[in-house]
Amino acid sequence: MRLLNRSAGRLSRHRRGPLAGLVVLLLGLLLTGGLYSVLSPGAQADETSTSAEDVQAGRELFLVGCAFCHGQNGEGVLTQSGTQYGPPLTDVGAASVDFQVGTGRMPMAQPGQQAVRKPPVYNDDEVRQLAAYVDSLGTGPAIPDASAYTLPDDLTEEERQEAITRGGQIFLTNCTACHNFDGSGGAMPRGGFAPTLRGVEAKHIYEALLTGPQSMPSFSDGNLTPDEKRDVIAYLKTTEEKPGYAGFSLGSLGPVSEGLAAWLIGIGGLVGAAIWIAAHTTRTDRKKPTDHTRVNLPSGTPDPDQTGAAS
Amino acid sequence: MSIDTSKVADSNTTTPASAKAPSKAGAVATWADDRLGLGTSMKKQLRKVFPDHWSFMLGEIALWSFVVLLLSGVFLTLWFDPSMAEAEYQGSYDPLRGVEMSKAMISTVELSFDVRGGLLMRQMHHWAAHLFIASMLIHMMRVYFTGAYRKPRELNWVIGCLLILLGSLEGFTGYSLPDDLLSGTGVRAADGFLKATPVVGSYMSFFLFGGEFPGDAIIPRLYIIHVLLIPGLLLGLIAAHMLLLVYHKHTQWPGPGRTEENVVGYPMLPVYAAKAGGFFFIVFGTVALLGGLLSINPVWKFGPYDPTKVTAGSQPDWYMGWPDGLLRIIPGWESVIGGFTISWNVMLPILIVPPLMLVILIALPFIESWITKDDREHHLLERPRNRPTQTAVMVSLMTFYGLAWAAGGNDIIAIKLHLSINQITYFMRVMIFLGPLIAFIITRRWCISLQRHDEQTLLHGYETGIIMRSPEGGYSERHLPISNDAAFRITARDRDEVYAVGSKVDDNGVAAPGGKLDGLRAKLSTLMYADNVQKPTAAELEEAHHHAEHEHELTAALDGRVADGHQFDGHHAVEGETLRGDH
Repeated sequence: MRLLNRSAGRLSRHRRGPLAGLVVLLLGLLLTGGLYSVLSPGAQADETSTSAEDVQAGRELFLVGCAFCHGQNGEGVLTQSGTQYGPPLTDVGAASVDFQVGTGRMPMAQPGQQAVRKPPVYNDDEVRQLAAYVDSLGTGPAIPDASAYTLPDDLTEEERQEAITRGGQIFLTNCTACHNFDGSGGAMPRGGFAPTLRGVEAKHIYEALLTGPQSMPSFSDGNLTPDEKRDVIAYLKTTEEKPGYAGFSLGSLGPVSEGLAAWLIGIGGLVGAAIWIAAHTTRTDRKKPTDHTRVNLPSGTPDPDQTGAAS
Repeated sequence: MSIDTSKVADSNTTTPASAKAPSKAGAVATWADDRLGLGTSMKKQLRKVFPDHWSFMLGEIALWSFVVLLLSGVFLTLWFDPSMAEAEYQGSYDPLRGVEMSKAMISTVELSFDVRGGLLMRQMHHWAAHLFIASMLIHMMRVYFTGAYRKPRELNWVIGCLLILLGSLEGFTGYSLPDDLLSGTGVRAADGFLKATPVVGSYMSFFLFGGEFPGDAIIPRLYIIHVLLIPGLLLGLIAAHMLLLVYHKHTQWPGPGRTEENVVGYPMLPVYAAKAGGFFFIVFGTVALLGGLLSINPVWKFGPYDPTKVTAGSQPDWYMGWPDGLLRIIPGWESVIGGFTISWNVMLPILIVPPLMLVILIALPFIESWITKDDREHHLLERPRNRPTQTAVMVSLMTFYGLAWAAGGNDIIAIKLHLSINQITYFMRVMIFLGPLIAFIITRRWCISLQRHDEQTLLHGYETGIIMRSPEGGYSERHLPISNDAAFRITARDRDEVYAVGSKVDDNGVAAPGGKLDGLRAKLSTLMYADNVQKPTAAELEEAHHHAEHEHELTAALDGRVADGHQFDGHHAVEGETLRGDH
């Protein structure tokens, strides 16, 4: 204790020294930086287990399938007019690769307004290797763990229901403006579109929220907490499983498809019924007239009601 | 001289009929007739004749879907709570349980999930509303295309137009009631439209909402408009519409035996009552099928209205789609006058064009009768081709409506057809002006071409498909005269008269009465009628028939004979065969 006091006293002697302010500033910066690197979401990237072999294998895949647009070291390629041909991938993180390649959006079949979802080109291992390589180029969110996007098992039925309800309200506030009330998708400017959320893996939805692919904003953990993201996914997955209470959903696109159905099926069918009713005239006999009962005027006989053909 | 009427046949059957003892039903009828005196009028009305044609039943779809609307609507009012008081939803739809929402929304979700048959009734009500307005529109088109709005039916045309307007407003107030996200967005838009009115806009908005949007008064107010005010007006106007129909009698297609003075068709009882009654059940059944099988307005997916939320695909119901489309494609025009913003981008598509379209629609019969100065009554319909300009006007209006309507679904078109929403908007901005013009020209010329075809058929007969070769080696198709009935139908129309401005003074040198607009009237009359093909005169027909007979005589010798030379077609043995005439 005495020793401590003495050393504290020694330190204290220098507290008004010329370098004291600088030292405190440095200490403060180190502490802030250190805490940030421990607590920030980017830090998770370091925790995922990726081996050097994965990175190497990923690099080989990258050079064949991705480097043409994204550059040999993922530095991006510019067009002659200075626009992005393929954006740099140095800080996109593994989650972004897993989303883009895992949903088949990358590699793109052709340049276009927006990369479209299609059957993935790479298998799961290759996607993991590509993600490991791109992740090694810089910072960025890691591929989330399954616990991030599934409701924990230890919730009571009530808590689970509350989480789903909360997720629904967050969904309606943040997502429906582009993705539609039922996640059926919607239009974005200049041929872009918000894709449907139905039939999308929970992991990919979580990654899209984290990385904000294409026109989508990224929802940082400060914006939507990990729990809130998880609840949104729980809501989507729950409503996906629910039956269509009201019958065929007509694509869940809102009043446009309803109006189309009203005209094509409703009015189309009823006009057909009107034609059917009007085509059935009265009969004096139960039997339909046959050919030999029909009156055949001999040809050349003037029709009795030849009136006013031209007045 | 007295006649023993008991032996007079009262039917056309082979056995003579005799008076029967009065039945029980007859006794009841007599009891009622003694007190109500309906027998005399019923005797006439029950035998009232209606002509038969499928297009005359389109208005019936509207009438029957209105009946479905009344029935299902009464059911819904038993559970719906038109209140904006906030409460927590505690019904059986899990994902909304515990969410704060208005009682209107709560009762709508409860109607859907907790009231037996409630969801079916809600959906039937909504589908019936769609069909109600859609069938009024196609009925209106039929009336216009066939000229059934001419004297004496102009007022019924006006009533019909008002019914379309009221029906649309009724629909809007109806789909605004549940207070879900979509309907709230619609009410928010309506608030914006009111506020876009210059000078009085904000006052009107405050008056309607009882303060700032959304307030807590709008749903109860819309409710009473929806269940009392507009249905009352609709009922009154529908009654007037149908009374006028009975009074005017139904129009009919021209044909042998049909004149402006009679109606040829089936009596109300039993034939037409059976047909119309049967059609009611078909309409009811169609609505029930739609309501049972197709989802409409799933409010539980939208969630309660909250001004901070919106969903992609926020569209009004289809009949409000065309003003919405105009709103979507108009550039963002605004002008600031003395510190006040005039929002042309809202005023033009919502406050100016739709009322203008309604005025044009109502005015159509009156514009036409002003041009023609035709004061006769018309009970025989015209074929659309025999009124090329009028048909083209309606197709042009329909094209405008259709393009604006499609623009209202531009986002759905964009995602479903993989188009750019911006390109759709640019396309629509041009086509909304060009499209109606192109449609007008094409329709008018098309009609005139059909008239020419009719004239050809009348004068030269129909094409038989038999190709004749003349002795000179020329080929021609044989035409045969059409039947007299067919000829009657083609010729049963008036000759159009093109109005020309007369001289300023009459024969006696007195200034002739005439308005300043006579020149315009003459121009419009020329546009309407000058290019039409008029039916041939009796002399022309006679001449054509004479010509045809002559031709038949010339070709009669060849009838039933195989053309010479065909025996050498390689399929027959030609041993000893020679060409006829032995050249």
